[in-house]
Amino acid sequence: MNAVSGQTPSTAIPKIRVDLQQVADLVPAGARVLDVGCGDGTLLAYLTRFKQVDGRGLELSMAKVRAAVSQGLPVIQGNLETDLKDYPSGAFDYVILSQTLQATHSPRAVMEELLRIGKRAIVSFPNFGHWRVRLSVMFGGRMPMTSTLSDAWFDTPNIHLCTIQDFIALCRLMRVQIEAGYALDEQGRRLGFTATGKRANLLSDQALFVLMRP
Amino acid sequence: MALVTAPPPAPKPATEDLKLTLDRPLVLQSGVTLSPVTLAYQTYGALNADRSNCVLMCHALTMDQYVASQHPVTGKPGWWSDIVGPGKVIDTNRFFVVCANVLGGCMGSTGPKEINPATGKAWGLTFPVITIRDMVQAQAKLLDHLGIEQIFCVIGGSMGAMQVMEWAHRYPGRVFSAVPVAGSYRHSAQNIAFHEVGRQAIMADPDWCHGNYLEENKVPKRGLAVARMAAHITYLSEPALHNKFGRRLQDREAPTYGFDADFQVESYLRHQGHTFVDRFDANSYLYITRAMDYFDLAQENGGVLSNAFKGTPVRFCVISFSSDWLFPTEESRAIVRAVNAVAGNVSFVEVASDKGHDAFLLDEPEFHQTLQGFIDGAAGARGLPKRAHVTAP
Repeated sequence: MNAVSGQTPSTAIPKIRVDLQQVADLVPAGARVLDVGCGDGTLLAYLTRFKQVDGRGLELSMAKVRAAVSQGLPVIQGNLETDLKDYPSGAFDYVILSQTLQATHSPRAVMEELLRIGKRAIVSFPNFGHWRVRLSVMFGGRMPMTSTLSDAWFDTPNIHLCTIQDFIALCRLMRVQIEAGYALDEQGRRLGFTATGKRANLLSDQALFVLMRP
Repeated sequence: MALVTAPPPAPKPATEDLKLTLDRPLVLQSGVTLSPVTLAYQTYGALNADRSNCVLMCHALTMDQYVASQHPVTGKPGWWSDIVGPGKVIDTNRFFVVCANVLGGCMGSTGPKEINPATGKAWGLTFPVITIRDMVQAQAKLLDHLGIEQIFCVIGGSMGAMQVMEWAHRYPGRVFSAVPVAGSYRHSAQNIAFHEVGRQAIMADPDWCHGNYLEENKVPKRGLAVARMAAHITYLSEPALHNKFGRRLQDREAPTYGFDADFQVESYLRHQGHTFVDRFDANSYLYITRAMDYFDLAQENGGVLSNAFKGTPVRFCVISFSSDWLFPTEESRAIVRAVNAVAGNVSFVEVASDKGHDAFLLDEPEFHQTLQGFIDGAAGARGLPKRAHVTAP
């Protein structure tokens, strides 16, 4: 996002990436939001401007942090696996972790922290149970490379991939309540069924969950 | 970013200092009462109708109120004239910028070289020990005098960052946003150690005369110069020194096998020390370094820094520099953690630079861009007008 001030601000709501838009649509106006792994702050900027959220961001890449802060967004450089502990419990209405859980060392511990800090967590991830992934391993005999899993096995940051069913099982194990689950296609558009249903594990490229402590 | 290619304006000539003498004595953190207290300060830009556009600049150890105007002694441009001025990051067309010489300083504010009216002599070592809190308390009185209830932004680097932290802690309702740059919430043991070397160098100079050099018409030049030389090393970095000087010799082909300044780096440091004594008072150096040593916001708050910022409404932007080993990034990160721990509003950027601590005074585009973004965001949140449109020619 280019935020050179002085340019005439557009009043039209800009388009953001479809998967980010899906997340944005789940956040109610005026909420307190922490975007974990916020990148250059695209989603945060959108939420701040169009949903008047009180937003914060945490991002690993210093270059992306600079880009975000240069837009006036309250973003700090940090590592989600070590720095979430600094935030007090219940500090946010929503904590967002978009397409990152599978790249963490301790997904379960991260999930615990998200739900400690936030009243709700919004978590999205690529579905390793998708039929293309299954076929790729079954008949290709190679690690899958799809549009949602686009890196070769030796390059991928994804070290803890899971299927939607795996994720639901983890939620059950952690006694986390799934408030909503959306099945998404490779672009991040919603499919016509929920992520918690039977079909999603086979047909959904990605999944998006809203979680809370019961 | 749109680029302005107009030639840089000539440095603003040093204006007459503005001066405020407090109408009441100042009760210092030590319990001592100091009177009279005068602050010498400079302002830039104009205060808006609802008095909401004040930016307070807090200066570092050896800086002064000439943040964006020519220094009256050295003739050099202001220490942050890269940042402060018309159309700059701290745009004086938008903001009313105030910068005061700190209490204990030597550029017109009450300090050890000023005359104590009670005795008719320079204060010298009879001047009470002051702290960062005392400096900030005096600045708060200045803002009272200027009729400014809330500062839009308080900004400072190094010791200035300590004042920023103190402002945010002590007067959260008077600070809308705060930018501590290359700073800390406390002075580390290593930093105290370096300061002690500087002070001992000054006090070991016979011309210091046990602090009475002004009465004796002497100046402890050698001691103060050595103090400056030692400190100056801490402001740089090994790569910065290496890139600037390496092991190159100064105006000679071979070593002289003596103790002249054979190396360029020696010559440079000697020059730094030599020019410093013309503009800085040795006793002021003792007092101000001491004030920094005593600063520890965590200790003051039960050993837990976040206690200093419970419920803080202040928007923070913490900035550090990767090669700064005097105030390393970890110190800034501790501030960030503390503000996070109270669910406060904080941005944090470490700027990649090999220039060491001094980077905060140099042309570092990443730093300036970050600061600009934060200021614009905060100005929007405060309801101040947007930055004027800059057209490329």
